[in-house]
This record gives sequence, structure tokens and C-alpha cells, in this order.
Amino acid sequence: MDTPLTSPGTDTKPDSLPDFRDPSRAKLLYRQIHEAVRPGQRYRFMEFCGGHTHTLFRHGLTDPLPSAIELLHGPGCPVCVLPMARMDMAIRLAKRPEVILCTYGDMLRVPGSQRQNLLQLKAEGARIEVLYSPHDCLALAKAHPECQIVFFAVGFETTAPTTALLVTEAERQGLRNLTVFCNHVLTPPAIRGILAPTDDSPAPQLEGLIGPGHVSVITGMTPYHALSTEFQINIEVCGFEPLDLLQGILTLVQRTNAGSVEAHNQYTRAVTASGNLKAQALLRQVFVVRDAFEWRGLGFMPHSALALAPGYARFDAEHRFALQEAPAQDNRACACPSVLRGQTRPEACPLWDNPCTPDNPIGACMVSSEGACAAHYRYRRHQRIPTSA
Amino acid sequence: MSPTTSLITLAHGSGARATHELVTSLFLRHFNNPILATLEDGACLPTACENSAAELIVATDGHVVSPLFFPGGDIGTLAINGTLNDVAMAGGRCRYLTASFILEEGFPVSQLEKIVISMAETARAAGVQIIAGDTKVVERGKCDGVFISTTGIGQGKALMLEGLSHLQPGDHILLSGDIGRHGATILSHRQGLKFESDLTSDCADLGPLIAQLTGIQGLRCLRDATRGGVSAVLNEWAQASGHVLQIDEARIPVSPNVAALCDLLGLDPLYLACEGRCLLICTAESAESVLTALQAHPLGVQACRVGVVVESDVPRVELLTIFGGRRLLDWSYGDPLPRIC
Ligand code: SF4
Repeated sequence: MDTPLTSPGTDTKPDSLPDFRDPSRAKLLYRQIHEAVRPGQRYRFMEFCGGHTHTLFRHGLTDPLPSAIELLHGPGCPVCVLPMARMDMAIRLAKRPEVILCTYGDMLRVPGSQRQNLLQLKAEGARIEVLYSPHDCLALAKAHPECQIVFFAVGFETTAPTTALLVTEAERQGLRNLTVFCNHVLTPPAIRGILAPTDDSPAPQLEGLIGPGHVSVITGMTPYHALSTEFQINIEVCGFEPLDLLQGILTLVQRTNAGSVEAHNQYTRAVTASGNLKAQALLRQVFVVRDAFEWRGLGFMPHSALALAPGYARFDAEHRFALQEAPAQDNRACACPSVLRGQTRPEACPLWDNPCTPDNPIGACMVSSEGACAAHYRYRRHQRIPTSA
Repeated sequence: MSPTTSLITLAHGSGARATHELVTSLFLRHFNNPILATLEDGACLPTACENSAAELIVATDGHVVSPLFFPGGDIGTLAINGTLNDVAMAGGRCRYLTASFILEEGFPVSQLEKIVISMAETARAAGVQIIAGDTKVVERGKCDGVFISTTGIGQGKALMLEGLSHLQPGDHILLSGDIGRHGATILSHRQGLKFESDLTSDCADLGPLIAQLTGIQGLRCLRDATRGGVSAVLNEWAQASGHVLQIDEARIPVSPNVAALCDLLGLDPLYLACEGRCLLICTAESAESVLTALQAHPLGVQACRVGVVVESDVPRVELLTIFGGRRLLDWSYGDPLPRIC
């Protein structure tokens, strides 16, 4: 690459952050992108990750891009892909009088069946704690021996290791009143699910994929090489700073022009070829891969999620509370399934903005600030973008 | 309120759109009168004696904060300065305060005394007397240590504020200093979020800063940015005036440690609370003299122009990003919370 941001594996100090927001370097990258774009060529890139969607919108990065570049939003937002049936299970857990349900703030507004959510439940008196770190569950468990502390675990490979640590720590401390309601999902199977055609939708037309940054810190580059070869698509693993994305987009444009296909790592200051082996070992120790798991909008995908390994069953909330998954029906008019595949622009959903808003979310893509519907609503609602994908 | 709302949730207290909706659809609907309907933090009362030039200004504010003590202040300094600022924003000078305490059973008197001493010192520094009060104690668990409500009574109108209806395209939007310090300090000291930082709250009495503006013409509106941050004030102004307020991201002062905390947690400083910063809109002609006056005071040394009022069809707040993009600066939705990944 012409303008590497840092040498591999160095310089992750926060005080170097402004470097990745330097407007003059951004200008240079924009110029290079404009020069690289060829007339008549389409550049349809999907950013898999909600974090990337958020960076693009929050910094207004797409405005100065050439119009030939089209960015489609993928399903990489852990809140957005949690199916309603699992949300219902969390709500049932929170309703149990002995349970203190602990979770991340993002989960409070996610609608379950009958529009119930944890925020409402909390107002009705359910004991729901918003955590900044799952480790806070340990102190809660000790402070409330009469209660059952349940950690509502959500997220990709990024957050799964902290959940795994919580479980091993709970075991070490001999805690008997702490369990995990595990909803961790895996990224590479989901990328496969997006790129492969299904019974009701053809394979998406994409010139490139912007691969997840934080997730890849754990997984390393190996899964992306396989995916790139299997689907003959360029994958650029990117960091989350504005300049990371612009640099990634430039590389994808150049690769598209060259007609070459590979998986490439832009985020070299954090992502290595083999990833975080210690974290991977911890995940293998504490979790097993589920046969299949439902992703909101994408349906059941094989081997796409984690459950606690049999050796840790006593820390598994599904096990302890004999939780059963009951089928739940999303609002039929909600276009989340095709929004999550990048096939429909959020504005094209008949419910977008009326009645579905961040204050009153109907589907999950409107809940998290990383969801595509919420990003369009919060940052773009004054300039409705043409409705075709 | 939206039809689905049957219970108060934490979102109603966030200073964001839900708060605004609760105030207009419930309180204003039932209490409605021309003074309240201005929805300003300080109410200007028609003066009792007709030949007095000075209006009476009344403001009231309830304070709940966790932790009660934080770098740069405590709930006591907050309870005094918050109300002083509401009176100052209405263009008045606060003279008297009342204070009402709700105390939790079991709360240490030594801590209460610390808070009361802060209040006394803050009031004394501002030349304000606390002239009436009330105390209630509730059972353990029915409140979080101490809640304090204060009411301020002051006199105006040292400032000539024309009001939002006078906004014109081309007016300048000014900010008195760097943003988000109070919110960032509280967040970083909240239980469970323990990392090192040398953040301090910006909690301050803005009265002396505002007094600098006495006699300057062309002031349209003035508001301190508290809950909901700078974005809440701008959105309320845009909605009430029907204009587009265009903000230039590059001009907004953010201290490096607030910026670092926001990066770490995925938060936007424009949504974080301040307790010693104000926004004001004035005519383009008066902007220079307003800035000079603000910068002459220690609380206003960083004062700067952050945007302009522009003509458009749909009222909104727009942010010009440092990368040359243009996007909405929307209301916040609920309390700022760190994101998952
Ligand atoms: S706008 Fe709301 S209802 Fe429509 S797809 Fe998005 S989340 Fe679903």
C-alpha cells in the first residue's frame, strides 16, 4: 500500500489515535481513490461490521467518495442479529424473581415478542443490571448469594473471550449462583451465509468485502483466506478509524481494477495472521460450536454460534433454568432480513421512520447505533437516499 | 409520549428526546401557561411593581448524581451551580436560593456535612444566600444517598436576549469552552468503570461569565449545555426556531482526555453532559464583541464560533465533519452507554 498507517504490530497507544483522523491524510486518500476509479466499473463493497457502518456515517465518510463506489451494510452488529426468540428467553429470565439479569446497555431496547423490552421490564421492577464489564458479575454474585446472577452474553468472537474468562473465574471462585445465557455468534460462518446464494435469494453482487477488525484480532486472517478463495472475492480486513476505512476502500478499488482476488489485512497494527492463540484456546476450552443457530434476518446458519461446553454446564443458564426456545414471529413488514444482507436500503422498509425509530424500534437494525436502519435514521434522515440497493 | 409508553423509563430522564416529549406531552399539557410554555430553564416573571425595570427570574432544578463526590465537585456544588446557571441563562443574576433534601436512611452525617459545606461555599462565592429549605428522610433503598432540589430567585434583565423567534440565517453559534467534561468524569468514576484518568468536572457558576455580555446588542439566545450535552441544546433550538443549525466539527473544543475516553467507549462528546459550558447565538455583527467579552473571563478563554444558522426547509442540526462529510447531529437516544464491540 502506498500510505501505510503504521508498521505491523506496533503503535496501538490511544494517543496515536489522532493520526487516524488526520483530515489532510484523508484528503490524500480521497484523491487517490478518485484517481483509481475507472469509468464504467462498479465498486460494490459490503462492510460486514456494524462498527464500520457507524464510522462511515458518524464521520460522513461516504460523501466525498466517487459515486461509482457503493457501500452496502452487512449484518455485523451483534445486537441486530440476535433473534427475537432468544430475546424472549432473556425476558423470561429477567422475569424470574430470583434472577438478576446482567447485560450490556445496548440490549435494553431490543424488542422481544409483543414489543416487550428489558427497559420496560426494569421499570416494572425486574432486576436488570447494565454492565460495563462482564467481570462485574462476580462481585454481584458474591454480594447477592440469595440471587441467581445471569450474564446475558451477546457478541462475536470479540466479546466471547471475556465471557469465557468470566466462566473460568466463576469456577475458580466456586460461585454457584452465576450462569451465562450464551448467545455468542461466529463471524466466518455468517460471512459464508451472506456470500452464498440461498433458496430465496441469489448470491449478492459484490466487488469486495470489508472484513471485521476487532473480530479478526481474535480469529486472525486464516478464515478470510479460505472465504476469499471459496467465493472469489476480495476481502480487506480493516480497522475502525476513518483513515483505516478509506485506505481499505482504496485497496479494494485497486484490486477490483486488477481483477485479482485475495484476503488482505489493512489492520496490521492489531490483527496478525494467526490471531490471538491464547484467546482461541480459551474459547475451545469453555465453548462448543452449536450445530446451528438462528440469526435474525438470516435464518438458521450451521456452526455459527457458541454454547457452553458440557464440562461447564453448571454455568449455563439454558441448562440451569431449563430454558426452551419458543418460535417468535418478527413483524412481517420489517425488512431487516434483506437490510442485513445489504439487499434493501433501510429507507425502503415501509416501517422506517414511521413507526420504526430509535425511540420506538420495531426491528433490531433500529436499536443499536451500529444497525443500518439506526445509522441511516440518525445521520441521514434529511437526505433520503434512493431506495434501491 | 409515544402510545407504547405506560411507565417511566430511564430514557425519560436522559435529557434526550424522551425527556422533551414527557415535558411537553404531560407537564406542559396540564400546567400550561405562557411563562412555562417558553420551556426555558429559567422563568421570567412579570414584575409585581410596575415601574421596576428588573424582572424576577425563577429557576428550579433537581439533582441526583452517582457518585455523589467526583473530581471537580460533588452533588452540593452541582445543586448550587446548576440553578445559578439556569437563572443566569435567562439573563438574570441569582440572589436567593432554597434547598430541599431527600436523604436515605443510614446515610452518614459526615458525608452530608461535606455536601452542605460545598453548597455553602459555592453559594457564598456567588454572593447568594440560601434562605429556605426542607428535609425528608426515606427508608433505606428508597433513594440513592441524597437527592437535592434547589430553586433560585434572581433579578434580570442585565442581558438583552431577543429570543429564538428572532433567529436569522447567517447568525453565529458560539460555544464557551471545551465540552463533555462533566459527563466524561461521572462516567469514568461510575462504579464498574475503573480506569485511570485525570478528568475533572467543569462544574462552575456561569453568572460572572455571562455578566461580561451586559450591554452587548444582537444576542439571540443562551443556554447551558447540561444533560444531553451540546446536541440536546442545539436540537431544541432548531426545533423551536424552525432553522437549520450547522456546526463545524473541527471547531468544537474537546480536551484530549475526554476525546480519549470517548474513543475507548465509543461515545460522542457532543452528547455528554457539561456543567459549566454554554451555547449562544448572536448576530454576525455582534459575534466578535461577544467572543472578546467571553474570552476575557477565565471560564470563557476557549470560547469560539462553532457554527452558523442556515436557511432550509426542515429544521435540524447538521454537522460538517472534519473529513468533509455532512450529517445530522441528532438527539441522543437514552443515556450514553458504551457499545458492545
Ligand atoms: S426500519 Fe425498522 S422495521 Fe424496517 S427493517 Fe429497519 S429495523 Fe426493521
